[in-house]
Amino acid sequence: MKKMKKFQLNKNKKNNFLTYGMIIVVYIIMQTLLSTGNVSSLLGGLLVPLCMYAIAAVSLNLVVGFSGELSLGQAGFMCVGAYSSALFSNLVGDAMPAGIRFFCAIIIGALVAGIFGILIGIPVLRLKGDYLAIVTLAFGEIIKNLINVVTLGKDKAGLHLSFTSSAGLNMDDSGEVIIDGALGITGTPRDANFTIGVILLLITVAVVLNLVHSRSGRAITAIRDNRIAAESIGLNITKYKLMAFAISTTLAGMAGVLYAHNLSSLTVKIFNYNTSILILVFVVLGGIGNIRGSIIAAVVLTALPELLRELSTYRMLIYAILLIAMMLFNWAPAAINFRERVAAKIKAKKKNQKEAA
Amino acid sequence: MSFISYLINGISLGSVYAIIALGYTMVYGIAKMLNFAHGDVIMIGGYVVLIAVSGFGLSPVLAVVLSMVICTLLGMGIEKVAYKPLRNATSPLAVLITAIGVSYFLQNIALIFFGAEAKTFPDIIKLPALKLAGGELTITGTTIVTIITSVVIVVALSLFVNKSKPGKAMKAVSEDRGAAQLMGINVNATISLTFAIGSGLAAIAGVLLCAAYPSLTPYTGAMPGIKAFTAAVFGGIGSIPGAMIGGILLGVIEILGKAYISSQVADAIVFSVLIIVLLVKPTGLFGKNIQEKV
Repeated sequence: MKKMKKFQLNKNKKNNFLTYGMIIVVYIIMQTLLSTGNVSSLLGGLLVPLCMYAIAAVSLNLVVGFSGELSLGQAGFMCVGAYSSALFSNLVGDAMPAGIRFFCAIIIGALVAGIFGILIGIPVLRLKGDYLAIVTLAFGEIIKNLINVVTLGKDKAGLHLSFTSSAGLNMDDSGEVIIDGALGITGTPRDANFTIGVILLLITVAVVLNLVHSRSGRAITAIRDNRIAAESIGLNITKYKLMAFAISTTLAGMAGVLYAHNLSSLTVKIFNYNTSILILVFVVLGGIGNIRGSIIAAVVLTALPELLRELSTYRMLIYAILLIAMMLFNWAPAAINFRERVAAKIKAKKKNQKEAA
Repeated sequence: MSFISYLINGISLGSVYAIIALGYTMVYGIAKMLNFAHGDVIMIGGYVVLIAVSGFGLSPVLAVVLSMVICTLLGMGIEKVAYKPLRNATSPLAVLITAIGVSYFLQNIALIFFGAEAKTFPDIIKLPALKLAGGELTITGTTIVTIITSVVIVVALSLFVNKSKPGKAMKAVSEDRGAAQLMGINVNATISLTFAIGSGLAAIAGVLLCAAYPSLTPYTGAMPGIKAFTAAVFGGIGSIPGAMIGGILLGVIEILGKAYISSQVADAIVFSVLIIVLLVKPTGLFGKNIQEKV
């Protein structure tokens, strides 16, 4: 018994090191290629978005894979993180050195997204059923709508907020518009780079892996597997579900910060429903509950279509079909039976061959 | 006067939400799943009518019937191919994610076949507008048809579910699938029938929606679909009169919000209703609180 436990711990650790190792090795390879100038500008521009999608996918996997809930608003939380941090960086400007400013921006973006996650989670996660999916979907739309009408400007008298247009801000001559409705935020300092993206990804993976293997993580998976049994041994269901969800949205906010500081202009267009679905596709194709799979799927599925532009018309259609096919193949009882039968047959054949030899 | 005219517009939009919500609520009650593809069936129904009327010159009535037939078959087909294999899956997430996949699939198929640009929906309801209060208040023919249709549908559906044999079978399956099967009810056929009725209603909702807001894109169905789910939760999921009342209230809230607050944040107001309902009374106005037994 004791031996068995030790073996399992080792397996977990091995798995974790493989995940960290994979990220670091890919990072070193990319850095070497970058410094020798072997990376095309297209791929070079993709590096930070790749990190962003990987962080978002890992954070969503915490909710979908370990908490057993469905969130369709990951892009909405990224949007909240992106906007709050970009606003901060714009307001601070050159008053802080770039490094400290970006560090604060990350903290602010992540915290704001986390607070929104808690606010959304409290009414929804105490309910049984698929309410989280629809509410997060609605949240993504609300955020997009609201940000599209907000204009915010700054002049000597302070901040001015308007819900109509930049003319409604009533600023004096020194005023400048920071958020301009659907045009978004421009002039955000470009503090993010590939190295920071990889560091944030490593932090995300560390947070998720440590949580999953902790006591709380085991409570979260216990609730996923059998809600009633978990409740009967005294686990606070809402608390643990909320914990997983809030951490997930915090990390999604961090992904948003990365995006906001990669390009100098930011609009809500990218943070739409399609992006939320795309992140879900990464999670499902990488394997629900498999952190390493999420990262690989995010990187491959983001890089491939960008490099093979011709397929772009059918890209979303292919994702949809893949999503359905993967779910049917992995979860349908009939498919599971079929796979087990085939596996048993192959095993029996091998055994026969061995005996014959 | 403008308030009354907004109110009537709201009831008209709400009636469309109610018809969509009926499909959601019935499917949720019986299959215990959120059919994300429901909104996109509406969009397909709209395109069928558009092509039949503008492309083939069919009469509007015939086009609507054709659209209902196609949507019914589509709904049953989706259930058969995508949802039925997952009915006994260990994770409830599986069928939910599949439903999102189906929704996404329908949107992208429409995008490839019909293009992303908005198509103008033909004017198929040719009823003269009603002028009241000395011409101050105008009610369009579309509004009248929409409200009457939804009332007829709700009454007919209530009668069907409560009085007819297949309707009672639907109620039985949604209450306890295993017991219903033991009583000799064909569960698979009953669930299939539910999807058929829901999708047929979606076709009608699609026509009414496009008649009131005559521009059709592959994403037309998505938003009304989510809002109709909000309406179903508002009224109490699984309840037919609840879907009707919830739909109408939501439509009125949306139109009044658009008129008096801001047209851009109207959607946000509608969805905050969902969050408030879940916070205050998660079972909705007419819902029952069912405790799970071990």
